[in-house]
Amino acid sequence: MGRYFKSLRRFWGTALASQLEYQLNVVIELIAVGLSLLGSLFMLSLFFGPGRELGGWSWHEALIVQGFYTVLDGMASTWLRPNLSSIVTHVREGTLDFVLLKPIDSQFWLSLRTISPAGLPEIVLGLFLVIWGGNQAGASLTPGGLALVLVMLLAGGLILYSLWFLIAATSIWFVKTWNATEVLRAVLASGRYPVAAYPAPLRLLFTLVIPVAFLTTVPAEVVLGRASTPMLWLGSGLAVGFFVVARQFWLYALRHYTSASS
Amino acid sequence: MRVFGLNRKIIRVLLGTEYAHMLEYRAEIALWALSGVLPFIMLSLWNGSDARDALGMDGVGLDRYFLSAFLVRQFSVVWMIYAFEEDALTGRLSPYLLQPLHPLWRYVASHLGEQLTRLPFAAVITAIFFLIQPKAFWVPSLGHFVLAWLATWMAFSIAFLLQSLIASLCFWSEKASALERLLFIPFLFLSGLLAPITAFPPFVRTFAQWTPFPYLIDFPARVLAEQPVDLLAGFAIQLAWIVLLLPLVLLLWRAGVRRYSAMGA
Repeated sequence: MGRYFKSLRRFWGTALASQLEYQLNVVIELIAVGLSLLGSLFMLSLFFGPGRELGGWSWHEALIVQGFYTVLDGMASTWLRPNLSSIVTHVREGTLDFVLLKPIDSQFWLSLRTISPAGLPEIVLGLFLVIWGGNQAGASLTPGGLALVLVMLLAGGLILYSLWFLIAATSIWFVKTWNATEVLRAVLASGRYPVAAYPAPLRLLFTLVIPVAFLTTVPAEVVLGRASTPMLWLGSGLAVGFFVVARQFWLYALRHYTSASS
Repeated sequence: MRVFGLNRKIIRVLLGTEYAHMLEYRAEIALWALSGVLPFIMLSLWNGSDARDALGMDGVGLDRYFLSAFLVRQFSVVWMIYAFEEDALTGRLSPYLLQPLHPLWRYVASHLGEQLTRLPFAAVITAIFFLIQPKAFWVPSLGHFVLAWLATWMAFSIAFLLQSLIASLCFWSEKASALERLLFIPFLFLSGLLAPITAFPPFVRTFAQWTPFPYLIDFPARVLAEQPVDLLAGFAIQLAWIVLLLPLVLLLWRAGVRRYSAMGA
């Protein structure tokens, strides 16, 4: 266990050092995050007006959903995208061999090797939006409620990671799966809005098949204190389930790995 | 006779090889086509929303608009900057520069080849859309179809020139694709991919109309969906953007090539 912590510290230390080489990129990233959030809020505002609601959610309540989406999107750019997109490169160029030979779990190495600070401002802005929206919507959080929010956010993060990792792991067979992650990202964009705003068939799809609902809507419901207990259990169950499946699938995929050019 | 370095034979060979090349990657392109589902997600949101009436599109008008937006996007999506950046970084650009053909034509040809490969997938998605939403079915009149096609190609040209402009900056900075994000974000929100621009408040709409973005999706989509639209003004503005961007791209490209020292040199 200690070995893993030590490795993690080294991984992130070196990643940060190399990222800070590109200072102009940091500036561009900051502008991009700001513009993107501005655009999302503008788009969301189009659905609202005097007396209008979106799937039974008021403007401030919908802001909480948007806030959680921003947090998860920031998490994706800090952690998921830099790590999981390189799995494809490792498979194509055969450098996965070197990862597998290391005396450390390969999934751990591939999932946490690097970190990009570019998404951090997004996470901060998202949290700010959640707090502000929650405040305006009249939500009052007890310490227990706060803990529950964190648990559900963790569950959402785990689901997102597992889905992404599952797709990335199929590159063992198909090599180029970058496009599949693009499809996933396109579908995940639906998490910007409360799931109740979608028609019934899509709602089912977003709850059970691609559980977008648990990424943003359910944590927002917890903040507002109106989450139903079965949904919480379902969310936690799905998170653990997805993670176990992703883990097993990776071990299964490795048995089929034949290295590049063979 | 060669026009801009092109003659019939070169065009045939370029398009033929690029199409064959793209057919090899058809599975990938199918996924690309599928990743354009965003307009459909937005459509389902708008259809269930209280704000739908403010859009000024009745009944099936909105369904048709978003389907058209999806189709226009499919055939005007530009990714040359990524291909170009890779070519510049790996040094593949050097032999292209030696040929008596502007390298940009090569990228144009690969986009056209990719669009042809995409066609069947886009048709399948359209068929599925009509199966789910049979009421929205329509066949545009020949006139509208030809005009929409033209508008989509103009949109493609504008998007291609915009991205070439940024790609030319690759000659100065190796990470110019980061700048592409700054172009994509206003495109996403102002082009009409997520909401028809008639949904915007007046001042945002006025602002948007001064940018090229609404002419990339909203205008061609309205033509295809047979929504009322000022055809003359739309085409004139599209043309104006092309006339404005083309010399800029060529100038910047020429200045860039002069600076180019190839990777590893």
